[in-house]
Amino acid sequence: MKRFTIYGLLAEFNSPQELVDAAQKAHSAGYRCMDAYSPFPIEELDHAIGFHHTRLPLVVLIGGILGCLGGYALQYWVSVIAYPVNIGGKPYQSWPNFIPVTFETTILGAALAAVLGMLALNGLPMPYHPLFNVPGFAMASRDKFFLCIESGDEKFDVVSTYQFLEGLKPAEISEVPN
Amino acid sequence: MADKDPNEPVPARTSVKPGIIAPGYTFASVTDKISHIVLRKGTSSGWLVGFGIAFVLVNMLFYSLGWLFVKGIGIWGVNAPVGWGFAIINFVWWIGIGHAGTLISAILLLLRQSWRTSINRFAEAMTLFAVASAGVFPLVHVGRPWLAYWLFPYPNTMSLWPQFRSPLLWDVFAVSTYALVSLLFWYVGLIPDLSTLRDRAGTNFARHTYGMLAMGWRGSARHWHRYETASLLLAGLATPLVVSVHTVVSFDFAVSVVPGWHSTIFPPYFVAGAIYAGFAMVITLAVPIRWAYNLEDFITMRHLQNMAKVMLAAGLIVGYGYMTEIFMAWYAENQYDAFMIKNRMTGPYAWAFWSLMLCNILAPQMLWFQKVRNTPLFLFGVALFVNVGMWLERFVIVVTSLHRDYLPSSWGMYYPTRWDISTYIGSMGLFVALLFLFLRVLPMISIFEMRTLLPEAEVKD
Repeated sequence: MKRFTIYGLLAEFNSPQELVDAAQKAHSAGYRCMDAYSPFPIEELDHAIGFHHTRLPLVVLIGGILGCLGGYALQYWVSVIAYPVNIGGKPYQSWPNFIPVTFETTILGAALAAVLGMLALNGLPMPYHPLFNVPGFAMASRDKFFLCIESGDEKFDVVSTYQFLEGLKPAEISEVPN
Repeated sequence: MADKDPNEPVPARTSVKPGIIAPGYTFASVTDKISHIVLRKGTSSGWLVGFGIAFVLVNMLFYSLGWLFVKGIGIWGVNAPVGWGFAIINFVWWIGIGHAGTLISAILLLLRQSWRTSINRFAEAMTLFAVASAGVFPLVHVGRPWLAYWLFPYPNTMSLWPQFRSPLLWDVFAVSTYALVSLLFWYVGLIPDLSTLRDRAGTNFARHTYGMLAMGWRGSARHWHRYETASLLLAGLATPLVVSVHTVVSFDFAVSVVPGWHSTIFPPYFVAGAIYAGFAMVITLAVPIRWAYNLEDFITMRHLQNMAKVMLAAGLIVGYGYMTEIFMAWYAENQYDAFMIKNRMTGPYAWAFWSLMLCNILAPQMLWFQKVRNTPLFLFGVALFVNVGMWLERFVIVVTSLHRDYLPSSWGMYYPTRWDISTYIGSMGLFVALLFLFLRVLPMISIFEMRTLLPEAEVKD
């Protein structure tokens, strides 16, 4: 049983182009368990680290459908079953009158699913993360770009991975303590 | 799609069209310039004075509301037949103003208009604060505001449930959904910038506060991917939402049988009016803010020009709405509708109608001139006219329709009292005070999106 004493090796780059190139090389070298960090979204980057698909749209669709059904069911139950009141001779189930609220609850369900789903799939909130132990990592939210090959990767080996990262010509390489 | 490629190496200032960001900026300097406004020590005296004035007005609002709670809505000018006065006028006005924020952040995002980037954050903040100011009015106008929660469907010992066939209840759902979704959208947009503030904060307190709010964001590529997906989906959801909100607000009027309200033109015309009012308010705020914080490099003339064009277009649609109302009143040969229009133009509130025409139809025609669009001060002046005009529009719709309806024996007049006016001005104080707090503690421009506009952000595959 492997006990990882370090979280991974972190290479720092100065430009988004260097980071994308490095990530592509790491991926073609066979590393899979890695992540890249940048101060803004880079479309090419998630392809480079081999991340293509997110289930988020499905989560949002389900949220929207639940909001829609829930909103209509609420109105139906209130107006037909729990508290039927004759308003101007309209039928209890006067569906055109229920559409505006159904629409709003649909949007509400989908929007809540989008935000909470995004956070949940990202594993946030996560106040502590090993990367925060690296002093230079604070620049990941300003103007530096990082590639981290994690110790969980099958190919990971402190020495050889270090040498591999050196070959990518980063500005700096640091060990990330776990 | 003229702004499709924001990354071309900004010829900006030399060309006819100003760029969306001044040349010479880097990831670091953009970050530092925007975060410095929040993180610097001490507070400028201008901020203190501005916030101080707004805070006095907030207290005036609380005082007015306190007195209202003690005495009831009899302290307002509402009466029979004008049962809807300032409360509804102000509510619709504020909600409309809020719409531009969502429009800028959602619709322009879907249309890939990159010029939205430097104005979307504070436009969204403006939305939230406008909705907060709007929310005060329906809450207190119900007469017994401490029971306002009865509007929500919840199991209760009285076995009572709200009436879902009423537009007023639709309003409750539309506005509260809008407030919540706007808040979420705004917060999600803030998360990466909060992490920047966390990493740049000088004091422990600031680092911890921003750290908690940033939820441990670390800019992972996987996170960014889901983040971008979520932003796009939220934009797609907020777009129909924003249209639905003012549509539902207009249903409050259109579903009734009052001449001047009972009209199918109301939903589109209210939505156009909301965009119009909102853009006017964004310009009203952007011009002084970019001047006070030296942000002319980020909120460039290009932004002001584009907003002026949107405002002009929305204004023309609103003008078309007025014309249609008048045309239909004549064409339908309904004596009550015809009287309503005649009464608006020549009755006791004719001053409001003609001031409305001046502010909303005549004044924005200035925007056809490039000179006006290119001069922030002029633009600011036109925007103020539109702000006033949109308030007058709601005044005309609410008051002139109600004060003389079918039965001449029950005609009456509406005069606001000092409490109406103090509550209204107080709500402006609330809006401005919240805005000042926002400018001080949160980045008013989306830092991470500004980074993507820089030439160095370009990546070749």
